[in-house]
Amino acid sequence: MSELSVIGKSIAMVDAAGKTTGAGKYTDDLSLPGMLVGKILHSPYPHALIKSIDTSRARSLDGVVAIVTGEDAPNQYGILPVGHDETALAVGKVRYVGDNVACVAAINEEVAEQALELIAVEYEPLPAYFDPEVSMKAESDLIHPNRPHNIEKDYHHVFGDPDRGFAEADYVAEARYIANEVTHAAMEPHCTLANFEIDPHTGKQGRLTVWSSTQVPYYLQHKLSLVLELSMSQIRVIKPLVGGGFGGKSEIIPLEIIAAVAARAAKAPVKITYTREEVFWAHRGRPRTIIDLKAGVKNDGRITSVACKVIQDGGAYCSYGVVTILYSGALLGALYDIPNIRYDGYRVLTNKPACGAMRGHGTVNVRFAFESQMDEIAAKIAVDPAEMRRINLLKPPTVTVNGLRVLSYGLPECVDQVITRSRWKDRRGKLPRGRGLGMACSHYVSGAANSIIRSEMPHSTVNIKIDRDGGVVVYTGAAEIGQGSDTMTAQIVAEVLGCSMSRVKVIAADTDLTPIDLGSYSSRVTFMAGNAALRAAEDVKKNIVSAAARRMNCSPEDVVLRNDRVWVRDGWRPDSEAAASDAETARGHVDGQILRGSVLQTRKEEAAKDHMSFEEAVVSAIDFHGGLTGTGSYAPPVEARGGKHKGAGVGPSPAYSYSAQVAEVSVDEDTGVVTAHKVWAAHDCGRALNPVAVEGQVIGSVWMGLGQALQEEMVWKDGLVMNPGLLEYRSPSSVESPEIECIIVESIDPEGPFGAKEAGEGSLAATIPAISNAIYDAVGVRLREAPFTPERVLSALRTQHGAKKVEMTAGVDPTQPETFREHGGSLWFRGRGPQRHRADSARQGATMGGAD
Amino acid sequence: MKKELIELRVNGRTYETAAPPNSLLLDVLRQELDLTGSKRGCDDSSCGACTVQVDGVPMLSCTMLAASYQGCEITTVEGISEGGGLAALQKAYGDFGGSQCGYCTPGFMMTVRWLLANNPDPTEAEIREALSSNLCRCTGYSQMYQAIRAVIEAERKNGKTELAGVTR
Repeated sequence: MSELSVIGKSIAMVDAAGKTTGAGKYTDDLSLPGMLVGKILHSPYPHALIKSIDTSRARSLDGVVAIVTGEDAPNQYGILPVGHDETALAVGKVRYVGDNVACVAAINEEVAEQALELIAVEYEPLPAYFDPEVSMKAESDLIHPNRPHNIEKDYHHVFGDPDRGFAEADYVAEARYIANEVTHAAMEPHCTLANFEIDPHTGKQGRLTVWSSTQVPYYLQHKLSLVLELSMSQIRVIKPLVGGGFGGKSEIIPLEIIAAVAARAAKAPVKITYTREEVFWAHRGRPRTIIDLKAGVKNDGRITSVACKVIQDGGAYCSYGVVTILYSGALLGALYDIPNIRYDGYRVLTNKPACGAMRGHGTVNVRFAFESQMDEIAAKIAVDPAEMRRINLLKPPTVTVNGLRVLSYGLPECVDQVITRSRWKDRRGKLPRGRGLGMACSHYVSGAANSIIRSEMPHSTVNIKIDRDGGVVVYTGAAEIGQGSDTMTAQIVAEVLGCSMSRVKVIAADTDLTPIDLGSYSSRVTFMAGNAALRAAEDVKKNIVSAAARRMNCSPEDVVLRNDRVWVRDGWRPDSEAAASDAETARGHVDGQILRGSVLQTRKEEAAKDHMSFEEAVVSAIDFHGGLTGTGSYAPPVEARGGKHKGAGVGPSPAYSYSAQVAEVSVDEDTGVVTAHKVWAAHDCGRALNPVAVEGQVIGSVWMGLGQALQEEMVWKDGLVMNPGLLEYRSPSSVESPEIECIIVESIDPEGPFGAKEAGEGSLAATIPAISNAIYDAVGVRLREAPFTPERVLSALRTQHGAKKVEMTAGVDPTQPETFREHGGSLWFRGRGPQRHRADSARQGATMGGAD
Repeated sequence: MKKELIELRVNGRTYETAAPPNSLLLDVLRQELDLTGSKRGCDDSSCGACTVQVDGVPMLSCTMLAASYQGCEITTVEGISEGGGLAALQKAYGDFGGSQCGYCTPGFMMTVRWLLANNPDPTEAEIREALSSNLCRCTGYSQMYQAIRAVIEAERKNGKTELAGVTR
């Protein structure tokens, strides 16, 4: 018999049938009696003061129930305590094209849209900032008055002695890398349904219930409480099925607050569902990042020092920005052994939708730069890129120079695996021109060791209740968003209790029912909620075992729970003949135990017992203890919480996942088209609790990285996103998606549940540089700006041929356009462009669209 | 716009409902008939989450006027289960991880069902080609191919492939 019975087996998600039959309910599938439709009026200006809003004509439209503006809920909020700079709807000022100005609640969508047309808003345009490097020099017309030079936050970290490290280096490389802006584009557009109940005692609006497509129900409850001035106990947040998050639902999205504000004003349930274009405006994606990277190495490839300056184009609000810019620096550590690091990070505000957390939060773009530069250095000093990585491996257990504790470290095996599988040694540098192999590595946290809101509270808590029917109900606040958190929870509980998965019912992410969990972000759920589930199951198991030991007249240490049976170790064997005949009765219920008390039970107890069914054990435990519940919680250990410097809170994690990848591409030198043929991705997830789910996460991460590497990019003109649709944004289809071979590496983390670590994000960051390095191997050009579109590849190839460099993508945002361009990309503006400040030279002679 | 009576055949049943003539089939299915399995994922018919079958052909219900499809046999994801249980394709998508967040899954069900009905033994390229009408952001499609191959394999063992070949 193997050590584990449920863990480590590939099984279907517990909610899979609801998804394949259409029976599963997402927020937009829900409706309530008397429900109204909410529609939001968005700003046509990237930066403007609101002089007045006249809603009178809209209000008089038949079917309009309520119209709310910024004045109806002026309290500021934000996901980070240091970044409370958003309001539900704009108060006095709009900061990006698409900013939220007013919301109409009406009896149907048609009336709501008509009403939006009737709202008259008088704006006074201000000069707008689109380029972070220009914005950070701003002296006037600041985006937020309390952020001088439009710098949200800057950090300057020095670890070790970088200057000495560079002096000791035999070779120093220095270059600028740029990764353009990408977004999550989860398939489900954001949706929120909000409803107030009448309080029976006061006769007024009382408790608020919000159903929302969120990764963070608890944070949503908290921010609703701030904005609406309701106590958290009066707010219930329920997360139905969520159609993908990737970080885009990991903070409070404007519609979540607006729906509640509108429901309060309308005195009726209000549902708001974003259009796809609105999803692009809500954004919170990965910022355009400018990375100036310098690395020094010895002749054998050993890194002596790294200096990195990062500028992030954060958009108009803080969002997760302070954390993003810190991750960019902190995660320079914990992958390789780097003795000296200098990091300068600038999170800059611009008049564009806010950037936030996206899969691989903060690390992806810097990892692209770093792994590309390693490849460049390897070529310069004539060391194999794979050897270059091997020579710089960490020696765990260790604490890195910037204070990150590393225990389990499967990177060496990951590197070995991809080298073997891709036949790296035989093929790299030896394929015909136009085809090449590239390698890169990455890592990611298994949850942040310090929560956003610093406190001593557990990061995850799980409750378990078992009743006389033998059903195990698990209550967890962890948010299932398609990654499999409910399944993971059920597996861990079933494994500990030795019962079948079908017995376990997971109730998740409902703030009235489930204990606090910080949510699904930073890949924290398996490690943290998983550990909490493990502890809760052990807590409840303790009571089953003590009662069973009493009945079987043995010591608790000898009680075995497994396969829905409970027995005395060495006294009875589950594979005996008696067990086979017993198994028949074990499937049903135990006669009389539920309704008739313990008559039969008592009689059975008289006989000596050396085994019983799970139900029998449960019933005796309830009879003995008066109930059967358990609780477990998890907070990261103090040793894993990082150093003491300013900003040290971001980066530390109880465990890190590791990934190594090799990508094979071909480059068409006539068209500049890069085709990815295959990616070998080895991922150290500690232990694969459910291998099919781990593979799905790794493949999905690599695939999303491929999108960012080759085609996905948000294109801007005058602050308006020009490609706010899934086709224009170029989310890869099945014909553009290569084969991805996932290799699971298990390093068995000492603190993870059954040794498990992160699986859902860590692989993404390696894919982009692996592709870039493969392009270099194929045609010898180095692409330092992602995505590697045909234009950029052709431009680089021209330079290689000695031709004049053509910047085919220059002139596209963020630089200000020389002439005003018509905007055809927006459905919302119906072909009209956003409007710019009158002093803006680009505006002269242009035909202006009206304010919607 | 004033509502008009329309009669739709959906999943073998006839529904009479009132909707404005400009109503889209997706909205009528979701809002009037409460068949919320078909999803809206985009504004411009690019994602395929709303795919339904009309007389066996996968079509995007977000760009079809409901009133124009009276008299057609419309099948949605709610209508493809077999004998109250999961069809082989639905089971395989669950077992092989073809569905993660599941929002695109109903659309894929309708597309793949059509593919296998018309081409019981598709090549890898044909599967990719067929699936390219639908977008997924979670899976990278890889595990969908595994699920589809498993269904094909199971059907071959059951001898259904040959039967389908004969009737074709």
